[in-house]
Amino acid sequence: MLEFFISALILTGAIFTFIGSLGLARLQDFYTRIHGPTKATTLGVGSLLVASTLYFTFHEDSISLHEVLVTLFLFITAPVSAHMLCKAALHLELPSLAKLPESQTNSTAPQRQSSKDQHD
Amino acid sequence: MRRLLPHPLLTLTLAGIWLLLVNSLHPGQIVLGLLLGWMIPLITTQFWPEEVRIHHPVRLLHFICIILIDIVLANFTVARLILGRPGNLKPAFVSIPLELKSDLAISFLANVISLTPGTVSARLSDDRSYLLVHALHLNNTDELVTTIKFRYEKPLKEIFEQC
Repeated sequence: MLEFFISALILTGAIFTFIGSLGLARLQDFYTRIHGPTKATTLGVGSLLVASTLYFTFHEDSISLHEVLVTLFLFITAPVSAHMLCKAALHLELPSLAKLPESQTNSTAPQRQSSKDQHD
Repeated sequence: MRRLLPHPLLTLTLAGIWLLLVNSLHPGQIVLGLLLGWMIPLITTQFWPEEVRIHHPVRLLHFICIILIDIVLANFTVARLILGRPGNLKPAFVSIPLELKSDLAISFLANVISLTPGTVSARLSDDRSYLLVHALHLNNTDELVTTIKFRYEKPLKEIFEQC
């Protein structure tokens, strides 16, 4: 019974991780592509980790809690890296399907201008 | 007291993380964990200019439960959007006015936004009054702003900031 449950969790995890990666290929601009890996993978990796906790807890007769840490770090780091990627993309003004917001930061505009001048 | 033990909460959290890392509850490990939890905040005190205060611990737990449910739902939403026709997506940038003031609360909110349905936080304005959010598929701008403000920002404000 437990084996079935663990297998189901692993399968769910694999499917969601796959869908997340598929998003990278199917979606059309940088900003929408960020969504795939940041979200679909949290549940994917999450259920893999739950499966791992259950397996090692019941097969080795000691509670295995390392997975809690992996989850914690994943939930802290995944959004931060997505935020930084998105911010960098906005800074470079990568083409987007959505209308790009006007640059709110006055400090970045002159800097970009000067770096362009140096290139010219 | 304030100088010797600048961040009691951080100390406990670090000790907890240490115990999880070594995966044991041996008294020696508990002492070592508390020691690390005491020393690390002292050394990195410049990273933590403001003291972390949680005003409503129960509400924090409640909030975490809501977020976990939302994360699971977000995964299904995003999976459906990815598997559907990408051509039908209507991505958009939305600016959300912030009421939160403390750094920790703002970063908490940005993290939560990135983890929940179809939104990624993209940029914080220099004066910290607006958070730019990218939505994967947006039908109604006002609805998104209200959801984020009432579902996530309000509880965070109550938890981390004195009202």
